Amino acid sequence: MIDAKILEEHNLTEEEYQRLVHLIGREPNLTELGIFSLMWSEHCSYKSSKIHLQKLPTTGPHVIQGPGENAGIVDLGDDLAAVFKIESHNHPSFIEPYQGAATGVGGILRDIFTMGARPIALLDSLRFGPLDHPKNKVIMEGVVSGISGYGNSIGVPTVGGEVYFHPCYSLNPLVNVFCLGIAQKDKIFYARAGQAGNPVLYVGAKTGRDGIHGATMASAEFDENLEKKRPNVQVGDPFKEKLLLEACLEAMHKGLIVGIQDMGAAGLTCSTTEMAAKSGTGIEINLDLVPQREEGMTPYEIMLSESQERMLLVTTPDKVNQVREIFAKWDLDAIVIGQVIEGGLLKVWFKGELVVDVPVEAVVNLCPVYHRPWKEPSDRQAKTLTTLPPCPSDWERIFLQLLSSPTIGDKEWVFRQYDHMVQVNTAFLPGADAAVLRIKGTQRALAITLDGNSSFCYFNPREGGKIALAEACRNLACVGAQPLGVTNCLNFGNPEKPEIMWEFKEVVEGLAEACRFFNLPITGGNVSFYNETEGNPILPTPVIGVVGIINDVRKAARPGFKNKGDIIYLVGPLSEELGASLYLREIMGQDVGPTPQLDLNMEYNVQEFCRQAINQELLQSAHDVSEGGLAVSLAESCFHSPQYLGFKGEIPAGIRADVFLFGEGQSRLVVSISPQNEAAILELAAQKKVPLLKLGLVQEEKMEIWQGTESLISLPVKQVYQAWKSAIPSFFKIS
Amino acid sequence: MKFGVVIFPGSNCDYDTYWVLKEALAQDTRFLWHKDHHLPPIDCLILPGGFSYGDYLRSGAIARFSPLMQEVREFAERGGLILGICNGFQILLELGLLPGVMLRNKNLKFLCQFVHLRINNNQTPFSHKGKKGQVLRIPIAHYEGNYYAPPETLAEIKRNNQIVFQYSTPEGELTPEANINGALENIAGLVNKQGNVLGMMPHPERAAESILGSEDGRLIFESIISWLA
Repeated sequence: MIDAKILEEHNLTEEEYQRLVHLIGREPNLTELGIFSLMWSEHCSYKSSKIHLQKLPTTGPHVIQGPGENAGIVDLGDDLAAVFKIESHNHPSFIEPYQGAATGVGGILRDIFTMGARPIALLDSLRFGPLDHPKNKVIMEGVVSGISGYGNSIGVPTVGGEVYFHPCYSLNPLVNVFCLGIAQKDKIFYARAGQAGNPVLYVGAKTGRDGIHGATMASAEFDENLEKKRPNVQVGDPFKEKLLLEACLEAMHKGLIVGIQDMGAAGLTCSTTEMAAKSGTGIEINLDLVPQREEGMTPYEIMLSESQERMLLVTTPDKVNQVREIFAKWDLDAIVIGQVIEGGLLKVWFKGELVVDVPVEAVVNLCPVYHRPWKEPSDRQAKTLTTLPPCPSDWERIFLQLLSSPTIGDKEWVFRQYDHMVQVNTAFLPGADAAVLRIKGTQRALAITLDGNSSFCYFNPREGGKIALAEACRNLACVGAQPLGVTNCLNFGNPEKPEIMWEFKEVVEGLAEACRFFNLPITGGNVSFYNETEGNPILPTPVIGVVGIINDVRKAARPGFKNKGDIIYLVGPLSEELGASLYLREIMGQDVGPTPQLDLNMEYNVQEFCRQAINQELLQSAHDVSEGGLAVSLAESCFHSPQYLGFKGEIPAGIRADVFLFGEGQSRLVVSISPQNEAAILELAAQKKVPLLKLGLVQEEKMEIWQGTESLISLPVKQVYQAWKSAIPSFFKIS
Repeated sequence: MKFGVVIFPGSNCDYDTYWVLKEALAQDTRFLWHKDHHLPPIDCLILPGGFSYGDYLRSGAIARFSPLMQEVREFAERGGLILGICNGFQILLELGLLPGVMLRNKNLKFLCQFVHLRINNNQTPFSHKGKKGQVLRIPIAHYEGNYYAPPETLAEIKRNNQIVFQYSTPEGELTPEANINGALENIAGLVNKQGNVLGMMPHPERAAESILGSEDGRLIFESIISWLA
């Protein structure tokens, strides 16, 4: 009865089907086929990415849990642990922006509190097509309100992230959601079933028909029929999740839980089989006991539903009543739907019939692993800057235009829709190089950032992968934090195309090299392939989330210039690279490489210099040089002061002004220091072998850039601020 | 003196308020569960911010039916001090302990940011440590904070000097631009006629520690503490 058409609908190949038949020793029924198709989808199985992901380092001195669980965990000292992960919700957010983004937030939150951690921070990396296209505006508005609607209600602050615009995301928006929670080190929970005889409880929302095939949807490209996929997107209920969060944490705190797993992608299928597989047991459930929102649901639908706000938990027989009482306190049902059994089988009963009887090991761990062919694309070499375009002279116009580019411009339009202060830990408001959250009861703070430059990865994926990690760590250094662990969300096109696979392999290898160099482990993450619509893939977009620690939050460098008369230095090498810059792409209309080169040793020294200088309280401010180059970094350093501080800077003679001002060479920072600390800074830089270039002074009211006696830019700070401030609101009627 | 912070399903500033009272201000503070039928002996009751019952029907509309709310009414009648912050303010309106309603913000978006508040009435238990005209910097975080009351109600509110805080410029001017959510008369905080129940949209608990960028919110808690002392 399983024919080619059914296989195609389930995104399974003939070879995969034969393997399935071989593993279970017979033809599957439709429900069983559905189960395998979900768990063997790219989204759940990592079948195309696994062989490359194995190259990433995953262990380190601070790692408590690496990849393979709901989230990674690093040790924070003081018996505390940080539990964190990033995940994509790209496909649902394209089809239904509000719910797609909202359920992305809901899903990542469950991954965190499933492990016993209270979520304390959300960050998002959002990528959209240009805002002059109405569809992109609708997507952006929907995504931002979806994140706001879910995160604000549940009371977890959205403290940072990035918003990036590029034509490649026009029909492929990216919504990558990061969450971090704090757990007591001795109260961490895993997806385990424990012993045979343990009762299996279903808690949370009822099961409906929403989200069926969500994971398979995220494992295929979109075509013109995408409107039909709308019913595949789930609907979020943050209030229900808030109750679930409180009830689960309370049950965990009271020691009533053996194991717990959220029903995210692949719902009941994934949670039952993964928990059993990890304990080497089987699991038996009765679908008649599963709370259902709709009448007449089939076993296939119940097993494959991705209804939100549901969890599966395992306890011991003597604790069932106590678990029920806690959930009742929060107005939630906790229903025993089955038990852990010996023998390694998933047995599903429905109306007295055994409708599924398959080995969990085959479902969870025996998915085929693909060594997909890869090939370097032939078009990249041609996209290299061979000769510089004629040097412009209207510097003020270019400067203002860059600052009013939505990628560079102020993101307050986005951030003020998010509650970024609830939980009273937000030490730095959004807009700093990294989010900074104090750890209550200590002088310490967590610093978190998300980063990834897709243009760099397009022109040179290997270098781009390295830079993504280096830049994220540099952001942490700018607030004085030491990185502890990394999570990654790797967004790519269709891996069945050799050119895409090459991009993926190169980025992962670059990332792995940088991780090893910085001795930083990847503790988990997510791969999102098939980000293509009508054959057009996105640029390779790794989004790197780095979590770090600040030992004394009182010393952390707050963003922005502080006092008139402070001295401004450029820290790092004098770069003469202009390739892959936002300036070339958006101002000169030349979307060309090469990607800047990263010198890992220099990068490390610059970061060490910055951290130590902050620790010794020698810096007034520090800011990374990234999109838009040095000029933008200088301008942004002015926007954090309420009194409109500006600067007067001079650039070296004999270098092209645009290369110096707008190039995006790596390992560079703009710092400001009090005059009395200058000698100490010079000494520290010499000790760390870090080049310094004095750029000028912080002054009032005006931004001025000179080259010799020629004034390149001389603008009132207020005017530049307005251009930057209105970059995004100018596209929307009501700001 | 004793503080009680009520937890509703969906409250999310309950821990924040508790933390500030207990840790930053060293006060005897306890949580109160919304399903309880008895109020323990307390001097000041706080309805914290959040999304009680998901704010699904209308902000605060379902929370007012919680069993503890009958006790809260009686506590108010006895002259007990009640502070409703954000969602707590919305619940006080739904309970009828304060006049008026909340509309959506004028830009129809959730707004989270620091704002400036001018103290209009410093003769209340919640503001007496401030000066009339003094400006506080405290954050807001809400979607429905656009206060409205019909003209006759507003006239009475003004006659009784019930407006405690108003959205203002940093200099204390009550301009339309400073009126962030479009509230009637820039109203950010309001007391009842008797002066023992305050509702305010801004979150003083988010501005009570220097590490979070402002300590101006302490004035409200410190006013309560010194009033009760």
